[in-house]
Amino acid sequence: MKRLIATLAVGLVLNASPALASSATEAALAADPVAEKRLLGLSEELRCLVCQNQNIADSNAELAQDLRREIRGMIKDGKSDKEIIDFMVTRYGDFVLYRPPVQGNTLLLWGGPVALLILGIIALVRYQRRRAERVAAEDKPLSADEASRADALLKELDNK
Amino acid sequence: MIPELGHFALILAALVSLILGTLPMIGAHTNRQAWIAVARPAATALAMLVTFSFACLTQAFVANDFSVVYVAQHSNSLLPIEYRVAGVWGGHEGSLLLWILMLTWWAFLVAVFSRELPDTMVARVLGTLGLVGFGFLLFILLTSNPFERLLPGAAEGRDLNPLLQDPGLVIHPPLLYMGYVGFSVAYAFAIAALLSGKLDAAWARWSRPWTMAAWIFLTLGIAMGSWWAYYELGWGGWWFWDPVENASFMPWLIGTALIHSLAVTEKRGSFKNWTVLLAISAFSLSLLGTFLVRSGVLTSVHAFATDPRRGIFILIFLVAVIGASLTLFAARAPKVGLGGRFGLVSRESLLLTNNVLLVVACATVLLGTLYPLLIDALGAGKISVGPPYFNAVFVPVMSPILFLMGIAPFARWKDASVADIAKAVKWALAIGVIVAIALPLVYGQWYALTALGLFFAAWIVATAILNFIERVQHTRAGRSFLATAFSQPRSFFGMHLAHIGIAVFVIGVTMVSSYQDEKDVKLAPGQSVDVAGYHFTFNGVKAVEGPNYVAAQGDFDLAVDGKFVRKMNPEKRNYHSSAMPMTEASIDAGLLRDVYVSLGEPIDRDKPEGEWAVRVYYKPFVDWIWGGCVLMSLGGLIAMLDRRYRVKARAATQLPAGTQQA
Repeated sequence: MKRLIATLAVGLVLNASPALASSATEAALAADPVAEKRLLGLSEELRCLVCQNQNIADSNAELAQDLRREIRGMIKDGKSDKEIIDFMVTRYGDFVLYRPPVQGNTLLLWGGPVALLILGIIALVRYQRRRAERVAAEDKPLSADEASRADALLKELDNK
Repeated sequence: MIPELGHFALILAALVSLILGTLPMIGAHTNRQAWIAVARPAATALAMLVTFSFACLTQAFVANDFSVVYVAQHSNSLLPIEYRVAGVWGGHEGSLLLWILMLTWWAFLVAVFSRELPDTMVARVLGTLGLVGFGFLLFILLTSNPFERLLPGAAEGRDLNPLLQDPGLVIHPPLLYMGYVGFSVAYAFAIAALLSGKLDAAWARWSRPWTMAAWIFLTLGIAMGSWWAYYELGWGGWWFWDPVENASFMPWLIGTALIHSLAVTEKRGSFKNWTVLLAISAFSLSLLGTFLVRSGVLTSVHAFATDPRRGIFILIFLVAVIGASLTLFAARAPKVGLGGRFGLVSRESLLLTNNVLLVVACATVLLGTLYPLLIDALGAGKISVGPPYFNAVFVPVMSPILFLMGIAPFARWKDASVADIAKAVKWALAIGVIVAIALPLVYGQWYALTALGLFFAAWIVATAILNFIERVQHTRAGRSFLATAFSQPRSFFGMHLAHIGIAVFVIGVTMVSSYQDEKDVKLAPGQSVDVAGYHFTFNGVKAVEGPNYVAAQGDFDLAVDGKFVRKMNPEKRNYHSSAMPMTEASIDAGLLRDVYVSLGEPIDRDKPEGEWAVRVYYKPFVDWIWGGCVLMSLGGLIAMLDRRYRVKARAATQLPAGTQQA
């Protein structure tokens, strides 16, 4: 629900500009299905920079439309996916990437889940071992006396 | 006058909650019966006061009382009545009031349905809820008063956010909050057990149905939100890994772990400390979610700094709750017994592994959600963490959970044999592999991830069926198969139904992400577009008028194989009160696919009768995503209604902890 609000708030700001959906924006729609597939894949990785949290495939903001058009152009010019992404990063910085690159300030982000998983498994195994030891220590076999008392109690219960 | 009464009731409620949070607690500690006896009436009074206050705010909305700031900001005299009622929780102040309303209702329900519990336990549970309620009431009264007056009153309200003017608003927030807030009951039970020092099977048994109820609401609430986003936002997505979504998903993951851990604690007396910790975590994450959403920290760390009052208050509250709970935990945990012995391969062990994986999954979501904020706050750069990241890290963590889900029901408590389990599940494995190889080929292209998803789905369903048959055969004792099948405990049915719900969900996610298709095209009236064999012909748009908007309504013919199927009428709405046009997609839903058409913008603004930008989608199996969630909830409901929760819970205290129940 908050997401809807946020999307709306951003949309309000954007729609204040009258240029939205001018005649040029969607002119080059879906001419080539293969290029469209690539465009879709690429634009799911890229953030619409002026939106709350939308990729440029989903967004109808002017900037997103511009970027889609630009990517279409680059695909037409035979640029590879990597070249297109690199171009976007040079222009807008890492913020444009929904899949942050592995680098100094994202080490923890990418390494974190792996580390957590390994730590979790180590903790699990260690816990099980130590627990087994402690239970074994607490769980001494009954002495002959205790055993006969337990038997008597059980019999008593059965007879009830 | 009525808003003042509501405000007054809220102040009274704060006082009552303070009494509820102190007297019964002290009474339970010092064994003063009169003080303990305060708990139930105080909880009832609290619920009545908050309900009255909520009704006052609703009245202000229904009567269009624009002299109340909150109403003036979130309503309008043209707003249809159902949205005026739901508009109560359409903004910050009202959603907090809904939060506290849910909390007091939960407390009231505990007061009513706890006749079998020892009075001291009830006093402590309700007392804990009272303290939580006091914190939130203070928050509302000090920083977010919904009854604040506007003098002189506005002639007209600003209107409810058009995106929220949807039946989704009527259902989604109440469901979600019931779930969110419901974990406070599990939390209160855990705190009460820690305070009394009696962490036993009886405690686990009392707290299980409440935890399950909260989990059911949360599951439905999240699913409802996802479905709403799917049909309302107009671009066909169902989950965006948005921080706000993550805020509700994290308590769900921990809540799921908690349900499983409680099962072990109840049946075997093990994992008590762990269960308590999970109960504290689930509620803490609900509070954290409230903080993230309500403080504005998500939009930007800087938005938080401009009006930090609300954020700081919740942050202090969060730290106080977590700090106090963990301190109590640290003091009491070492004295808690270990429970029974179990082997490296056993039901206990597998459930513990499930728990560890779910916690890791939750920690991963937390990391991805907070990381950009953290990096930004530290001045180490601005990055985005979005769906590609979450999908990349989430699938590897969830995969082993899905695999173990098939195995665990076959494993015996205490000690299980790998060979026995392998023998029991070998056919399920074979079915899974065949489905994984064959089904994607039937559907077109074979992708590894698609195969993996379908394998898990088939695996879970097949193991559930095999396990069901095995159990019935084992308990037959001469009766007919059917009679034995129907005499299985409800919790057993519930478990498998919920697990099959997961399988259905996985099928939906896998199929839609593998085989969906979409086209973004420009259409003039008379032109048409094809997607995945569905043929859309655009017949132009016409103007239609709603209660508080005007819309351009598209007219499409949907045809398959040259045969007309139906008309589709997506709309582009302009609400009188807002400059923002809203998209209303038109969806032809089906068991195996949705086809979805949404209207973009006219290519030339001045010629709406001309060309339009149009998006059409083909979404195979997308409804299985929400169907799976419904099955999960249904499974939870059936398990919750198991007979053993209704037999006198007091009898359970006489059973030695760790006794195995069938």
